[in-house]
Formats: sequence, structure tokens, C-alpha cells
Amino acid sequence: MAWFKKEKTPIVSVEQKHVKTEGLWTKCASCKQIIWKKDLAANLNVCPKCNFHFKVGARERLEMLFDEGAYFELDADFASNDPLHFSDTKSYRARLKEAQKATGLKDAIITGDGKLGGRPTLIQAMEYRFIGGSMGAVVGEKICRAIELCIVRRSPLIIVSVSGGARMMEGAISLMQLAKISAGLGRLDDAKVPFISVLTDPTTGGVTASFAMLGDVNIAEPGALIGFAGPRVIEQTIRQKLPAGFQRSEFLLDHGMLDAIVHRKELRPFLIQSLNFMQAA
Amino acid sequence: MADPKDIYEQRESVEDLERQLTEIKKLSPGDESEREIALLQARIDRVKREVYSKLTPWQKVQLARHPKRPYTLDYIQDIFTDFIELHGDRRFADDHAVVCGMANFHGQPVMVLGQQKGRDTKQKIFRNFGQPKPEGYRKALRVMKIAEKFGRPIFCFVDVQGAYPGIDAEERGQAEAIAHNLREMSRLRVPIVVTITGEGGSGGALAIAVGDVVNMLEYSVYSVISPEGCASIMWRDAAHAETAASALRLTADDLKELGLIDTIIPEPEGGAHNNPKQMSESLDKQLQKDLEMLKRVPVDQLTDRRYEKFRRMGQFFEDASAHSAQSS
Repeated sequence: MAWFKKEKTPIVSVEQKHVKTEGLWTKCASCKQIIWKKDLAANLNVCPKCNFHFKVGARERLEMLFDEGAYFELDADFASNDPLHFSDTKSYRARLKEAQKATGLKDAIITGDGKLGGRPTLIQAMEYRFIGGSMGAVVGEKICRAIELCIVRRSPLIIVSVSGGARMMEGAISLMQLAKISAGLGRLDDAKVPFISVLTDPTTGGVTASFAMLGDVNIAEPGALIGFAGPRVIEQTIRQKLPAGFQRSEFLLDHGMLDAIVHRKELRPFLIQSLNFMQAA
Repeated sequence: MADPKDIYEQRESVEDLERQLTEIKKLSPGDESEREIALLQARIDRVKREVYSKLTPWQKVQLARHPKRPYTLDYIQDIFTDFIELHGDRRFADDHAVVCGMANFHGQPVMVLGQQKGRDTKQKIFRNFGQPKPEGYRKALRVMKIAEKFGRPIFCFVDVQGAYPGIDAEERGQAEAIAHNLREMSRLRVPIVVTITGEGGSGGALAIAVGDVVNMLEYSVYSVISPEGCASIMWRDAAHAETAASALRLTADDLKELGLIDTIIPEPEGGAHNNPKQMSESLDKQLQKDLEMLKRVPVDQLTDRRYEKFRRMGQFFEDASAHSAQSS
């Protein structure tokens, strides 16, 4: 005879047992602390306990950086026309539509025209929720236009990166954006107009291998994953576990690839001070 | 399903037919055998045309990676004279996956460089399977700056699966090395002629491919990611590489159609490895033509022209605001 008897009550899925706290609380991915969302937002989306930097949307980012959070959006309506008619498990067009609906953006970057410390500045922020912040022809074109405008106006350019790299669904076209943007930055450099690159979690692949590493000053938020090849690819290639902290901001600073790691709270003053050094007010 | 093995199998059937033909030719002449010879010859031509005109993108990837395909040093030996190799990036090491040096091209001093794969196991290890580390890209840029200083044209040969993804490469700034090359190459004040000879593997290829002219050999491929890499990300299964190869539009014809390259250089029947000498000859002719054209462009226009060339790439988007402005 069995000592234990199976209970008659059906097994309830874990999800149903959850208390609905959606929309009010969130858990820090790093220290597991439960944080009230309003507290988090008030703290620039940085965990008040452990200083873990949560991802920030492109619009929030621009509001955080510009004076009074005010800016004018440029080239807002550029959208990809799916040049390769690419389709994997889902068509690229469907993916674009989905991302556009989820983010309210047409592609993975916003160009903001406003003032930073009183100085007319263009700031471009990438949006990770838009197909992993990937760079295709639209991102390439928007950055090149921003560069050209900055050259004409002699006003600084700041790009806040968060991206998985080039957008696979645009094939070699997205690859050529690396060359196109880098060539543009060569001209910006020749014109002696400041360019500051801000790398945030994560910045990898073709974005790191082009504009994100070409700033007069390259700075990163703490703990951001930054690299050329993704950690999974490297692990598969060398068949070894990667060292702790590999490809994080602190690792890159140690290896001489960054000028500084800047806490989100310090970002605005850091940028203003750097621009004051680079350009007369 | 078109299997890469098919090319070789079909090739074998061609060879089989050719053997039969020589056998028949050996026989005493007569009306009967002459008719048979003509028939066989026609069949051989037809099969050959069929095999090589209908290569799928995935089969072209296989040809681009063919173990007997000529590599950079083969072309340097065939096309250039007095090659003197230059080593090292002056910062960390000499990367054997990239070869660079001064050479003569039809009597003119030039700089040549490219990625180099190995043939046997020992060479493959020595060349790190043709995958450069940051020092390789920094070496390439260093010699390109020498060429610029002395006003010599640059020839780049691209054949790389991709920049090396490893801990040491990341530590020394693989991304920075590539980015830096892209920016600096775009403003070098000498002619740059680039040829994709085999695999044009993403950033690792582009880092020496920002040229005034970009050529591709007929069966070479150029892509933002390898078909295997794309398949494992999008389909979560590398076995879908064949489908991915088609989706990525990575053949020379595709890139030409998209306006990303200038000229497709035809390969000998069955691919460059079937007749390397003939391949070198047609490559040589194209390089001469390109250099002649570029030499006529004044230096100031040269960099502007190069900038505009890449600036135009990827005008594949819609401006919704422009549409609504037109319609209203």
C-alpha cells in the first residue's frame, strides 16, 4: 500500500500562483532587489541598491540628456523598404511592423536636435527594442545625415549606442553602413567637430566595429557588454568558459579601449564638460 | 535539394563523358564514330553549362571556400613581381593571417595586401585559419599609410571567413582595429583597388575593403554574416545554412545588382581552382584597367569620389513624411 496518495487537486501552473504586481514593481536583474517602479524611474533607471543600469529607451535617453529634456526630432519617418525581401522564420516586413508597433519608432535610432549645456548639439540614441537595436540602411543614413548637418553647423555629435550589430535582414547593405558611417566620421574628424560615443549595454558587432569606437572620446555606462564578437560565439570558437567580467565596460577600460566609465547620473555633466574642452562656447 | 556534393558528382559525370569521347576519338575514323563524337561533345557542353550556370548561392559559398582556391599569395606571385613582405603592426605582433608588402605591378611600385589562408594543417594553424586579429588589421593600415606617404597605389585581396573571435582579439580591441581602418581607408590619398577573391566575411573583410573600386570574382561571396551564423541565429539551427545563403543575397551578382560592387571578374570554367593561371590573367587585366582609370583622377577628387561611393550605398528606405507631403 502506498504511503502517499496523490492529491486530487490539479497542478496549478507557477504563473497562475503569482500575485499580480505587474506595473508597480520590478526586480533588479543584478541584486534581485524588488524595486518600486517609480523609484527606479526617479533614479534614471538605475537600481538604487546596487547601481545596476537598466536599459533605457531611445526617447527617455534623449530626454535625460538634453537641456530641460527638450529636443526636435529629425528624419523621424525614415523606414526600411526591405531591399532583400528577406524572410526567415518570419518575414522581415512583419518584424519591422511588429517593432514599429511596439516602439512607436520607424527604425532603431532617433536623431534629436536640441541643446546640451546651452550648446546646440545633435544627440542620436539607439533603441534596443527595435530588432535588437540593429543597424541597417536607415540607421546608416540617419547617422550620415546627422554627421553632415554637424559639419555644416559645426555643432557636436553624440551617439548613444545600444545594439547587437549590423542588421542581418539587410545583408551586405547593412555591412556597407559600417564603411559609410566611418567615412562620414572621417570627414567630421577632418572638420574638427567633436564626436562623443556613449556605449551602453549591450553594444556589439558592426556598431562597435564602426562608429561606437570612433569617438574623440569613448565612454561607457558601468557593466555594459561591449565587444566585437558576442560571448556565445567566442565560447563556441575556443570551447572554453569566458573569464568573469569579460567584455564588460570595466574590462574594456582596463584594456585601454575606453576613456571612462560614467554613471548615468554623471553622464550629462561629463558630456557638457568634455564639449567645453573641445569647443569654445 | 541541391547538395554541395552535387557539383562534384556532376563534375564527375562530365569527366566520365570526356573519357568516353577520347576513347571514341582513338578508334578508326568513320561516319559512325564522327556522328557519335559530335553527339557526345554536344552533351558535354550542355552538362557543363547546366552545372555552372545554375549554381545555387550555397554552392557558390562552397566554391568560394574550395580548399584549392587560389589565395592572396598565389595572386601576388602570379600578377606582381619583386614582392617584399613587410611584417608587424609595431604595437604587438605580426599577424600571419594578413600578408602585406611592396611589389611591382607592370613596372610600377605598389603596395599589396590581403588575408592569407593556409593549405595544409601546419599552414592553417600558422595562418590562424585565415582569421586576422587586431594586429593584422593594424599592420594592414600601417603599410597602407606607407603607400600613402610615398604616393603608391594599394591593391587589397579579400578572402576571410571573419575576423577572429577570441579572448585575445577582444582584449586588444578587434572592433576598434576594424573601425579605425574603415575611417582611415576612406581618406587615404592614393588609389585603392579591392578584389574579393573568396569569402568576404563581414567586418573582417570590410576592414581592408574600403576602396575606390571593389571587384568580386564570379564565385566569391560577400556578406554581413556567414550563412551558418545567420542560420543559427534566425533558425536556431546551423543546418539551415543553405536557405540562409539564399536569403542573405551574398553572391557577386547580388552585390552588383544592389550597387555595392563595381565589376564581376569571370572565373575559369568550374571555378578559379580549375585554372589558377587563367584566373590570375583575367584578374591582372581588370586590375590594370582599374588602376589606369584611377590614375587619371586627381588626388583631391579621389577621396571625395570614394566618400560619395560609400555614401550612396543603401538608399533603401522610404520617407513616410515625403510621401504624405506629396499626396497632400
